[in-house]
Amino acid sequence: MGAPHLLAHEKKDTVGVVVVEGLKAGTDMLAVVTHDNSDFRITAKQDIPIGHKVALKDIKKGDTVWKYGQDIGVAKADIKKGEHAHVHNIKTKRW
Amino acid sequence: MSLMVANFDLVQRKLKNVKGRKIEAEAFKAPAVKRPTGRALDSIMGWRRENGRVGVRNHVLILPLDDLSNAACEAVANNIKGTLAIPHAYGRLQFGEDLDVHFRTLIGTGSNPNVAAVVVIGIEDQWTKIVVDGIAKTGKPVVGFGIEGHGDIATIAKASYVAKEFVQWSSELAREKCPITDLWVSTKCGESDTTTGLSSCPTVGNMYDKLIPKGIYGVFGETSEITGAEHLCKERAATKEVGERWYKMWKAYQDDVIEAHKTNDLSDSQPTKGNIAGGLTTIEEKALGNLEKIGRECRYIDILQPAEAPAKGPGLYYMDTSSAAAECVTLMAAGGYVIHTFPTGQGNVIGNPIVPVIKITGNPKTMRTMPEHIDVDVSGVLKRTMTIPQAGDALIENIVRTANGRLTASEALGHREFSLTKLYRSA
Repeated sequence: MGAPHLLAHEKKDTVGVVVVEGLKAGTDMLAVVTHDNSDFRITAKQDIPIGHKVALKDIKKGDTVWKYGQDIGVAKADIKKGEHAHVHNIKTKRW
Repeated sequence: MSLMVANFDLVQRKLKNVKGRKIEAEAFKAPAVKRPTGRALDSIMGWRRENGRVGVRNHVLILPLDDLSNAACEAVANNIKGTLAIPHAYGRLQFGEDLDVHFRTLIGTGSNPNVAAVVVIGIEDQWTKIVVDGIAKTGKPVVGFGIEGHGDIATIAKASYVAKEFVQWSSELAREKCPITDLWVSTKCGESDTTTGLSSCPTVGNMYDKLIPKGIYGVFGETSEITGAEHLCKERAATKEVGERWYKMWKAYQDDVIEAHKTNDLSDSQPTKGNIAGGLTTIEEKALGNLEKIGRECRYIDILQPAEAPAKGPGLYYMDTSSAAAECVTLMAAGGYVIHTFPTGQGNVIGNPIVPVIKITGNPKTMRTMPEHIDVDVSGVLKRTMTIPQAGDALIENIVRTANGRLTASEALGHREFSLTKLYRSA
């Protein structure tokens, strides 16, 4: 297995993190779940910077977003699988 | 420009583009040094102080009680080479708990075993004496001077004579072999991004999982940055009672500070602009990454006030601190911790005047753009060429080398951030 494009913490997670620089839309990404080292593939729908998140499945507006197997906030817009997931479409539930 | 090189291997290092211009810098690949392995990682070469604590640096501090005394302290440090003045912004007209934190921080800083001896200078005698008496309990040499009635010049002259004696005395103190269990190692992360939760924070957690059972002291804090993971942090207490006390402390911070002072929401401060640029979206996400620093096994055994020294024996502690990097590291140093481990994603440049700050990153972009600030590169974790246990071992090796005398990046670059925590307005 080569170096992954994307890492997710847990199987339950609905977002993962891009870990390579200069990722382009259309890239067939190798993704690894760090918890159990399992892997899968997902296509990036946008150019996404290193460290930024990608939706691992279609997320509906109002859905809880999962990372580390934990609740990290709520989707404030629909996010399609493979799209950039960040402050423009996810918000904290705390403040 | 031609370059003349002797006894070094020269390597070209391509650095970032600055305004479209490629900066290339020559880096020198130094001759290999003998690295500690095996049993050499079980001990460090430190200074055992009068009270039995072990330090890894040997500073003579010129410590101002207050902002007004900074100039005199800096003048003494300029006169006497090898001493270190640590100017700061506060110390007048403080009262109550805020004044307690101020004294605890100054006394704790002077008492830290990385400090051999201290000259305290204050505008007046009484409060100066409180700091001198506090530091004196460690048994180390300490002297204080009040400026009122004497003026800066006479004070600087008198203090310089003593500082010279202190620095010459301390320069003859020898390092001795001490077990690694004598180390007190603190942690706080900064300029975090999604890579810190994947790599550099779990690296620190793995180090704690390996060294805390051996008997070192650890500490983590950053009360605002636990928000979103408070339910998990509460569960990591050693006992239910400690967990309840922790939760009460966290809740008080939410009510007394956040709710009392917020003007809109905190989305512009937590996460920070740097965090957001690095891909972190919410405080919950940041908190979950932050908590990776305490590993899988460790349980915290007590809650410390800001700058309070732990008193329940070896183990992991929680200190109620701000999440601002320099304030937090300053408080932990005042609590007596002698080495700080600092995971960063986007590239925090922090240092501390008395405690070596070891910076760890897993972000390959940060390693490419600002490598001079990083001590431990764990970017292999993201490439899956390095495991978290291997990263933890690399950090432990760096901790031992740093304890033995290797300067950290922040020490070499002169970062000496000494930032006092202020709880509320002065009188």
